[in-house]
Amino acid sequence: MAKITLSKLRHSYMPAPKSPSDYALKEIDLDWSDGGAYALLGPSGCGKSTLLNIISGLLVPSEGQILFDGQDVTALPPDQRNIAQVFQFPVIYDTMTVYDNLAFPLRNRGRDETTVRARVMAIAEMLEVTEMLDQKAAGLSPDNKQKISMGRGLVREDVNVVMFDEPLTVIDPHLKWKLRSKLKELHQRVKATMIYVTHDQTEALTFADQVVVMQDGEVVQIGTPVELFERPAHTFVGHFIGSPGMNILPCDLQAGVARFGAHAIALEGPIRGEAVGRTEVGIRPEFVALADKGLPATVTKISDVGRHTVVECNTDGCKINAVIDGSAPEKGASVHLDFRRDQTRLYVDGWLATDPSTPAEAAS
Amino acid sequence: MKTENQKAWFFVLPVLVLVAFNALIPMMTVVNYSVQETFGDNVFFWQGLDWFEQILRSERFHAALGRQFLFTFLILIIEVPLGIIIALSMPRKGFWVPVCLVTMALPMLIPWNVVGAMWNIFTLPDIGLLGYFLNHVLGISYDMTQNPLAAWVTIVTMDVWHWTSLVVLLSYAGLVSIPDAYYQAAKIDGASNWAVFRFIQLPKMKTVLTIAILLRFMDSFNIYTEPFVLTGGGPGNSTTLLSIDLVKIALGQFDLGPAAAMSLIYFAITLLVSWLFYTLMTKDDLN
Repeated sequence: MAKITLSKLRHSYMPAPKSPSDYALKEIDLDWSDGGAYALLGPSGCGKSTLLNIISGLLVPSEGQILFDGQDVTALPPDQRNIAQVFQFPVIYDTMTVYDNLAFPLRNRGRDETTVRARVMAIAEMLEVTEMLDQKAAGLSPDNKQKISMGRGLVREDVNVVMFDEPLTVIDPHLKWKLRSKLKELHQRVKATMIYVTHDQTEALTFADQVVVMQDGEVVQIGTPVELFERPAHTFVGHFIGSPGMNILPCDLQAGVARFGAHAIALEGPIRGEAVGRTEVGIRPEFVALADKGLPATVTKISDVGRHTVVECNTDGCKINAVIDGSAPEKGASVHLDFRRDQTRLYVDGWLATDPSTPAEAAS
Repeated sequence: MKTENQKAWFFVLPVLVLVAFNALIPMMTVVNYSVQETFGDNVFFWQGLDWFEQILRSERFHAALGRQFLFTFLILIIEVPLGIIIALSMPRKGFWVPVCLVTMALPMLIPWNVVGAMWNIFTLPDIGLLGYFLNHVLGISYDMTQNPLAAWVTIVTMDVWHWTSLVVLLSYAGLVSIPDAYYQAAKIDGASNWAVFRFIQLPKMKTVLTIAILLRFMDSFNIYTEPFVLTGGGPGNSTTLLSIDLVKIALGQFDLGPAAAMSLIYFAITLLVSWLFYTLMTKDDLN
């Protein structure tokens, strides 16, 4: 087990990268603390798999260093880093039994059969595959195959970090949930650092203590699921996380007041520094209410998603979603939208630019 | 309720006619010949199983069958491992892939009798490039028209040259279908190159290798044109394989009865060995 440090890491798949857009990973500085459960979240092509392969050693970064407990491992091959990786499609050795599959990494490292037996039995029990040990691995169902490939990583007692590269892609929906809670449980038992790569926000938010959101080869925000939801550091995070995502409204700043058309919008607190650039107001649909006064809008669509209703409104060509409980207005109705003040944030060039107000300010 | 429509047989008819004319009817004439004696003029005498007995007891047949098994054994033992090794060392992506594939496919595109003629000229001791080089430059006595061993080396080398590509291409197809994740997982598991071959590459190549071995067995067991053009079965009878012997009996001596009986025995052996190969190589998949 180890703390993992990424220092000034950059990677390009081109031989001679020049502009920043040539880099699949733009400069990344990150610390993954020992025993943490992390998720790397981002859309396809944002560089999260590249980052994962760099940590596992399958890829050597163009620039920068990877440290395990302060020791530079940038040049070490995967088998010497003591890492485990679970891939999108389950990798199992077809011709071997489940037992031999689990024993494989240990036998390759020359452990004696008594140790191998003890470890395999322990891991098999943990994964609940003990009764399958004598079966040929080729005949297993996808979720069990994925469990076995996970087991091959966990069987080594010295594993530094276990990495998951979208491991639930080929699993049936009703088993996804089961396997996911198994993962969470495993993390609590083995206490290894785990990194989970996914583009599915539910998977990321349920698995991880800390979520790293990436976009275009950059880390946009690192935080707990609650932080990502409540205070997205970037409009991308606001949009990517949440269903529906955060409402983003273009606005003008006049004397420290955000204005949408003629309508002034109260922000959560003071604006940081000088807000120069493209200014937008961000508010989650959960904090938009239908009220007697506020921003006038027309209802364009109603979607009943079960526990609550998503009301899609239009105001001056701008789309705003509101999540409401109880009865929804008719389509085409004129309504007024009220934004909860402490959840209304300002973004400048995409980045968060307001701080929450102190209790004293809020009272005034 | 399923509706039964007997008109569907209509669609199978062309195939039945085709198979009847190109396989069943010729086959039945062979069966016909194998149990009768004829002196021409369409006059036949019933002979029972005499021809079969004669062939099965004949030393000439035993010798040809022995040579045939030796030949097939030699080319399989060389071509299959060699083909796998070449396939493993071919690039998986990039500029050189098509170059390698085309180069590999070239020998297979050459007609069989041309291959025989090429190797004949190539290995003639006084005018062939290889023959001249071996005899006059290296001083090794090599003459496939005189020396049985030299003749054997030549026909085996020729077949390896002509057909290893088939094993290469089929193995290669099996290899490129393996996702990268398997190699990455093996790296992380600390697997040696041998373990990667034994537990990832070989299992994934198994299906195509089974096909390659079957094809190579059937083709080499029935081989006729190339050795016929190259050595004509000589020197002496040393490279007279089953098919060459069969043609000698049927067309050389015009012994149609024994030739027909021999054809059927030949066919039965090919079928039996193919079946054995297939059953042995696929028996793991069934359970």
